[in-house]
Amino acid sequence: MEVNFSDPNFLPWLIPVGPLLAFFIITLATNRARLVPATSHEYGGHHPDYEGMLVPVATVPSRILSVTVGLAGVIMALFFSYTVAFSAFGEHGFGAEVVYASNIAWMATGDTAFRLGVFVDPLTVIMLIMVPLAVLMIFIYSIGYMAHDPRQSRFFALISLFAGAMLTLVVADNLLLLFVGWEVMGLCSYMLIGFWFEKKSAYKAAIKAFITTRVADVVMLLGIVYLYYATGTLNFRDILYNPELLEQLAATPALIFGSWGISAASIIGIFLIVGTIGKSAQFPLHVWLPDAMEGPTPVSAMIHAAAMVSAGIYAIIRIYPLLEAGGNPHYGILSQPMVLMAVVGSFTALFAATIAVAQNDVKRVLAYSTISQLGFMMAALGIGAYIAAAFHLITHAFFKALLFMASGSVIHGMEHGEHHVHEHAAHGHDDHHHDDHHGHFDPQDMMNMGGLRKTMPVTFITFLIGGFSLAGFPLITAGFWSKDEILADAFYGLTKGYGAHALVFIMLAVAAFLTAFYTMRQLGLTFWGEPRTEVAKHANLGRGLVSFTMTLPLIILAFFAITAGFVGVPPDFPILGPIFSPEHNAFHYFVIETLHPAFQAEAPAVNAIPVLTSFVVALGGLGLGWWMYWRKPLVAGEEDPLVGILGPVHTVLKNKYYIDEIYVAVFVKPSQAFSRFVIDFIDRGILDGILHTIARVATWIGDLFKVLNTWLIDGVGDGIPDGIFDFGGWVRRIQTGHVQEYLLVVLGAVLVIGIILALSTGILQAAG
Amino acid sequence: MFDIFGIDPLSFLIIAPAIAALIVAAMPSANKSLVRWVALGFAVLIGAVAVTVFFVYQQNQPSPDASPFLFEVQVEWFSLLGASWHVGIDGVSATMVLLTGILVPLAVLISWEVEDRAHIHLALLLFFETGLMGVFVAMDLMIFFLFYELSLVPMYFIIDQWGGPNRKYAATKFMIYSVGGTLGMLLATQLIGWSAGTYEIATLATQWPAFREGSALLGIDVATVKALAFVGFFVAFCIKVPIWPFHTWLPDAHGEAPTAGSMLLAGVMLKLGAYGFIRLVIPLFPDVWNSTVGLLNIDVATLFAALSVLGIVLGAFAAFGQNDIKRLVAYSSVNHMGFVGIGLAVMARAYGQMWATGAAADAQTAIIATNGAVLQMFNHGLSSAAMFLLAGGIYHKTHTRDLREYGGFWVKAPIYGAIFIFTSMASLGLPGLNGFVSEFLVVRGTWPVFTALTAIAMIGLLFTGGYILKGIRAVLHGPFNLKWRDYHLEIERREVVAIAPLLALMLITGVVPNWILPVINDTVTRILGG
Repeated sequence: MEVNFSDPNFLPWLIPVGPLLAFFIITLATNRARLVPATSHEYGGHHPDYEGMLVPVATVPSRILSVTVGLAGVIMALFFSYTVAFSAFGEHGFGAEVVYASNIAWMATGDTAFRLGVFVDPLTVIMLIMVPLAVLMIFIYSIGYMAHDPRQSRFFALISLFAGAMLTLVVADNLLLLFVGWEVMGLCSYMLIGFWFEKKSAYKAAIKAFITTRVADVVMLLGIVYLYYATGTLNFRDILYNPELLEQLAATPALIFGSWGISAASIIGIFLIVGTIGKSAQFPLHVWLPDAMEGPTPVSAMIHAAAMVSAGIYAIIRIYPLLEAGGNPHYGILSQPMVLMAVVGSFTALFAATIAVAQNDVKRVLAYSTISQLGFMMAALGIGAYIAAAFHLITHAFFKALLFMASGSVIHGMEHGEHHVHEHAAHGHDDHHHDDHHGHFDPQDMMNMGGLRKTMPVTFITFLIGGFSLAGFPLITAGFWSKDEILADAFYGLTKGYGAHALVFIMLAVAAFLTAFYTMRQLGLTFWGEPRTEVAKHANLGRGLVSFTMTLPLIILAFFAITAGFVGVPPDFPILGPIFSPEHNAFHYFVIETLHPAFQAEAPAVNAIPVLTSFVVALGGLGLGWWMYWRKPLVAGEEDPLVGILGPVHTVLKNKYYIDEIYVAVFVKPSQAFSRFVIDFIDRGILDGILHTIARVATWIGDLFKVLNTWLIDGVGDGIPDGIFDFGGWVRRIQTGHVQEYLLVVLGAVLVIGIILALSTGILQAAG
Repeated sequence: MFDIFGIDPLSFLIIAPAIAALIVAAMPSANKSLVRWVALGFAVLIGAVAVTVFFVYQQNQPSPDASPFLFEVQVEWFSLLGASWHVGIDGVSATMVLLTGILVPLAVLISWEVEDRAHIHLALLLFFETGLMGVFVAMDLMIFFLFYELSLVPMYFIIDQWGGPNRKYAATKFMIYSVGGTLGMLLATQLIGWSAGTYEIATLATQWPAFREGSALLGIDVATVKALAFVGFFVAFCIKVPIWPFHTWLPDAHGEAPTAGSMLLAGVMLKLGAYGFIRLVIPLFPDVWNSTVGLLNIDVATLFAALSVLGIVLGAFAAFGQNDIKRLVAYSSVNHMGFVGIGLAVMARAYGQMWATGAAADAQTAIIATNGAVLQMFNHGLSSAAMFLLAGGIYHKTHTRDLREYGGFWVKAPIYGAIFIFTSMASLGLPGLNGFVSEFLVVRGTWPVFTALTAIAMIGLLFTGGYILKGIRAVLHGPFNLKWRDYHLEIERREVVAIAPLLALMLITGVVPNWILPVINDTVTRILGG
């Protein structure tokens, strides 16, 4: 095929190019800095004051250029993505008969080559709709949020790379390229979580994120490698649209654990799911995500919504037919990977929701809600609710990006208020250093807030919309429709008596109730009632560009947090069905074609029980939250009523079941101890010990010979020829000092050999 | 192909550095600047020839039925012994020649920081190149051995004279260890050459394995002779790679050597060992690899793979526990070269099967593993040299190697920080950069053959992340350590110039590995009969 970028088969190549190019341009060209004293306010905020030191701060032209370049890259990606997407919408039989794909020979492997390229099918298309849009919102938001950061250019470079990696992952046509995007995103989140790298909490969180996900990634790498070995390719279409191949994989015993009756398909599936457990922060590898909020808030939005964790779910949705191989969830036969997903997903959904209930940090609540919602998707996949998982992935991305950025606005507003309060307090005594306040007051603690609806009305309304969508407020929010679909699918299995489906249904219903409750608690503590601190009274976003760029994305995302659900309304839903889905469920109808017909499943008919369950848990949770936190809002100094109700359980939840502490004791400390053991005992002690012993013995033997020499030869030898003596003396003279002379002798000897060699070669060549 | 001053290019690559070394050594030491520029000029010229040789090879890959070697030149030399000056390159050697040609000029450029007897230091670096090139292009066992030994001498003096505080110990350990290893190799070389009547590696590869058991050689059983010869080579190359547990010379030597010395040690010298396995130990002893080690009841290839995996895992842990930046990077070599080792174990097993039955059980897997191993050699050359350059740079500026003394350098040295992270990520094997491609190939190749061992190696891969992040954290992150407030910490322009080619190659190899991989692949496919 001729390369032609107006052809939709080639156009996807260009989608990640914009942000990637932006990364290189910003890094190499528009990252100029000037030196200012570290005590200047330009280096304030998250950075320590170094007495008497100059530090680099991005220049204004660099800032403007970096922002422009970054935005241009994303807009380019958005443009190409939507071109491809709309071209796909217009395509007849897209997914089944037509996909957009092209590839190149990338890596030589014997007589064949590993081919790598781009691939667009319906699942890719819905990601191409969501990702660039969410990323663009995050970029716009970052303009304001990072406006005063001394390293704003670096931020835009990294977040561009982040976006480029995510888009690479989305358009990849094989698991290896997906893994490239996957890991580069891992790097970006490491860099951005640790963006304020002088803070201990920041770099610790960054390392934690990288290592925790790497635990999963090395396992995933084995899965990729095994799949490549077993099929000779990693191309999605070749493997996943090929039921015979998948059946064959499911019938082959695995290389390891094969004797336990595990098939190759199962073990590959399990390895790949482990990758997602790490990336999408599922139990037991969820520990990194809550700490990831140490980065600037737009990064949290990026990680929690548009990119990182969504990528994990996307990957298992993408390889779903492989996971299903050997079973059929619609008849209650689950393969081992499916069971793993159902159990891990539903457990995580509930587990994280319980933790979220007891958190006071505004971002931490959201972080646990992300873990919980990703558990919903994972569980949905585990029972074969493929479409529902994809649907929830999209709606969640919109409302979670919204929630994070809204919480970022809250924090920004609180910092603003803190500044304001401080300036007033500092009037009396000027020698008071402006940074004193930092560290004592936590602008993210909801206990310090309250009443913010008055000073930050737009943030309040949008936060409310996002929160209600997360809680699954019936009928009008996107979150309701996607969550309802998962519950409906689970309930359908329950009616057939499938155990996994029943487990998922019950766990998720309880989790959904808790979700609604902690959302309402969060909204109440943050926005309702009266300000509980002086700072909260003055919290606002100010006016101007910062305020505008931080508000606009919230409004746009709020729109999607409501409307995104209407593309997936079941057609037989009373009243709303005929309005939004006159012919068919648009989302379902489009995305199902991603799968080979052998794996496609009809959506179950609308059943009153799951719908009512959705109503009850959402409204019940919201109602309970209202009753506890809105009816009679907390006043300053008052304790959270939950503490009294839950007692010691609250302490456990607040401390996240002490999992971090357990991991430190069980994994971190022993690893450090073992590394010292390797150095001190194995290498220094044993190996070098043996060496040194040998050396000592050799020296001893040498000394013995010397003694023998002196005694024997010197005793006999008066007749040593003078020549040898002289020679010895000469050698000794060299040895005793001048290394240069010695070297010259060696070099001289080499010269002689070399010249002989050269001449002989040259002469013989001439002769020959 | 083409001649340079009437000499064939490969012989030129061997001889030119030696002559350049002499010229540089003989120059007046007072004018350091002139000496440096002259040395750099020579190194660049030789590097240019090496690069040309590589690309000429790439463009003129021999057809499957022709000899795999290009630039072949054979001249009579020491015919009494049956040795001849026989040089030539296949895809594997071409890759190594390219690596050497690239790294030496960069090491010379970095050595500008050496003030003490600068001309001798530079001369030794160039002289070292002679040894390296000689090994990589040799097609005669005698020549191979000669240059293999020759490369030790300059490195010994570089460490011993220009090294860190503990240089005497490190240099002696390095020398004794290496010479101890090559002693067995010398014996083996003589044994093989003498009994086969030739030192031609290609001829030996067909004749030597064909010596059957039962027939007596020098009055000794052939099997015993073979076993002895095998052990001689095996240990020598294991020390060089280094394969666990023969690695303890390395952290000392790398840690104490001056920056340029560390760069070349890690960048090229370790590859001599791996190259020796590919060129000699695997072709000459195909039967031994699949024979059982009585004591352990596993075959030699598995033993080798297991030792390599120990290197991967324990090397990573040892690096993770270091507080000395150069020792940390040094242990990372043990970790990374372990992947070369395990890849070669797969090659050895497949080659043995091919030799015994005419075809390897799974040639495709073996080819991928070997491709990965050779590419890993090249990649490790790039990233370890770059890591040592950066570690040396910061040591030169602060005069301490203790990670705990650093902290927050990214505040004052943003460019250094960015380069440091980029290089660290290449070393960590981040997809999109060079190291990942080779590690992926190796893991793909070893998984079906040594499944459990590969799974264990993943622990090492995990802790690779651990020590890399520890390094970044200690040097760049955290509040700035005000002790260094008045120091110049930012990377120097000269250092940027020296590291830039490496960074570019890391990125290019990671994004389009096929610029180099087909060269390796063709030769490997031919060796393993894919």
